[in-house]
Amino acid sequence: MERLLNLTMCLMATSRFLTVSQLGELVEGYEPGVTGEEQEAFRRMFERDKAYLREIGIPLETGADSAFSDEVGYRIRRGDYALPDIALAPDEAAALALAGSLWSTTALAGPAASALRKLAAGSAAVGDGGLDPLTGLDTLAGLDTLDGFEPRVDATDPAFEPCLAAVQAGRAIRFPYRKVGETDVAERHVEPWGVLSWRGRWYLAGHDVTRGAPRVFRLSRFAGPVRPVGPGGAVRVPPDVDLHAMVSTQAPPDRVRTATLAVRRGTGHALRRGARPVHAACPPTELPPDLLTGPPAEVGCRPAEAGRRPVVPADMDLVEREFADTERFARWIVGSGPDVIVLGPPELRAAVVARLRAAAAGTAGAREAAAVPGGR
Amino acid sequence: MSAATDRLSRLLALVPWLRAHPGIPLPAAAEAFGITPRQLRDDLDLLFVCGLPGGAPGDLIDLSYSGDRITVADPQTLDRPLRLSVDEATALVVAARALADVPGLAGREALDRALEKLEKAVGAAGSVAGQVRVSLDTHAEVLAAVQRAVRQRRRVHLRYLVWSRDELTERDVDPMRVLVREGHWYLEGWCHRAEAVRLFRLDRIDGPGGVEVLDVPAAPPPGAVSRDTSEGIYRPGPADVRVVLELASPARWVADYYPVTGVRELPGGRLEVTLHARETSWLHRLVLGLGADVRVVEPPGLAAQVHALARRALAAYGLDAPAGGAGGER
Repeated sequence: MERLLNLTMCLMATSRFLTVSQLGELVEGYEPGVTGEEQEAFRRMFERDKAYLREIGIPLETGADSAFSDEVGYRIRRGDYALPDIALAPDEAAALALAGSLWSTTALAGPAASALRKLAAGSAAVGDGGLDPLTGLDTLAGLDTLDGFEPRVDATDPAFEPCLAAVQAGRAIRFPYRKVGETDVAERHVEPWGVLSWRGRWYLAGHDVTRGAPRVFRLSRFAGPVRPVGPGGAVRVPPDVDLHAMVSTQAPPDRVRTATLAVRRGTGHALRRGARPVHAACPPTELPPDLLTGPPAEVGCRPAEAGRRPVVPADMDLVEREFADTERFARWIVGSGPDVIVLGPPELRAAVVARLRAAAAGTAGAREAAAVPGGR
Repeated sequence: MSAATDRLSRLLALVPWLRAHPGIPLPAAAEAFGITPRQLRDDLDLLFVCGLPGGAPGDLIDLSYSGDRITVADPQTLDRPLRLSVDEATALVVAARALADVPGLAGREALDRALEKLEKAVGAAGSVAGQVRVSLDTHAEVLAAVQRAVRQRRRVHLRYLVWSRDELTERDVDPMRVLVREGHWYLEGWCHRAEAVRLFRLDRIDGPGGVEVLDVPAAPPPGAVSRDTSEGIYRPGPADVRVVLELASPARWVADYYPVTGVRELPGGRLEVTLHARETSWLHRLVLGLGADVRVVEPPGLAAQVHALARRALAAYGLDAPAGGAGGER
């Protein structure tokens, strides 16, 4: 570690290009050696050190001072190395600190924190950065002014890190993927264009090589490891790609229809939002007193066929509401059990009845089990 | 990154950071770098023997810690931090852009200024940031009202849908903070109805008319402390029921949408999930809605309750329940 630091500082201090053998002499920690074997070991060590420096983003320049020299030399230009002066006012530093805190447990939490530290180091060096020298909590000062606002984004999907890495490297990937509602896992081959968090979930957008079309994949549905394919830098991202538009439109809404529903008073609040009341024309006396305790009453389309308003029990309201996906809407309605009854359209009613029958059949054996305390 | 590059990165940042914070106590510096004081001491001891070729005292990094305060007298060439790496630039630029999209954010103007400086400073390293995006979906009008209340420290009156009980409630709340967790916006505050700290999801406030900023100062009692959300928004309580469901493949999405505490793959693409729930009515709704795609493993009472609800609903359509297993009614 000392050697790496000494090497970095030596390369920064020089204005001339230093050759490997010069570095071997100059830098504390290198032993260039005399035998061929020793020299070979030193060269390997230098190659590894060079790779470390480049990995953390140190701009290592190669060249030679003289056109007659055929040995390559190295140096680090301080202007390329250093973070440019970024004099942040205290409120600006606070805003960026808030931004940095967005990544709670994601792979980007560490880089965000180290970026903030670099900014604090670079910003304060140019003068008054509004720092508290005792606590060093420069980046936290002024957070109170931001409405006590605390955004956090999680990325617990194991696929997040490899997908992010592939996007950064511009490298194609393969991964097993399970489409929603499907049991089978299919292998995908994708040129990644970007990753996006939308409504709290992470997506990968890219070009599906097999299907030859743009596709969006939810990271939580990756069914196995992500494997890079081919060289880095091979992926060309179309200049006009709009990640947000791709993800938000991946499932174009179906034809919108209107459902007519009877909703028991004091229930179905979520359902009522976005719904509008329909005023039944029938006098209340015609309505069954109680749909549940009374004899099975046919609530539905029969009166409508005769050109009249449907019959609704006294303790229910008649509402209309738009829906797009019949099965999804049916699932929602079925959840309300006897508190929401579908009057139309018929395919929604049929979907709800089918689900109710399935639920009744699936739980039929439970009555006895529940009736016996401690049974089974 | 390997442990070696991690540490090298930290050491290069440490020197200019310490220089910008002269006399900082060692524990505070360690905390800022997310390391232990012991680790920091090791770092300092290492930096102490590093420097320019020659190795004479004047060529070495000159730093000292007397008592617990650290001072850097001569950083040698390390007076400036290394520019941001691609990861660092991505992390900060993407997050700042996400915040900048939030309407009505106080400090928005400072954020814009900071973002402009940041984008200029990161240069090419920031180019990947265009390919990573976080959309913090907002409920702009409700959010604006709630933020105003937090800023002005005023009480709000909420018309709020308690989704788990399907109940529309009215309550006065002294706001404490606004949070975004797992894609949802929350107001945290002292609820006068519950006489406790509560979280309110903004999308369950009954529209822009569902929040009214009152002309009353917000005064949460001194004992009101923010909930620790580091383990997620939902914390199982002692009164919670353990629920185990077996999901057929079309219902696997449940594991994505609900705070499940356990997931087990079963043959045939089926999934067993465990969750803990305080309320039973939302569980009824979930299990009813899943129909044939779910089997209740635990608790036994849940299946019976769902069965009764399904029968009552079918009766409302003038229909009988299908002939079920041995226990089914005829």
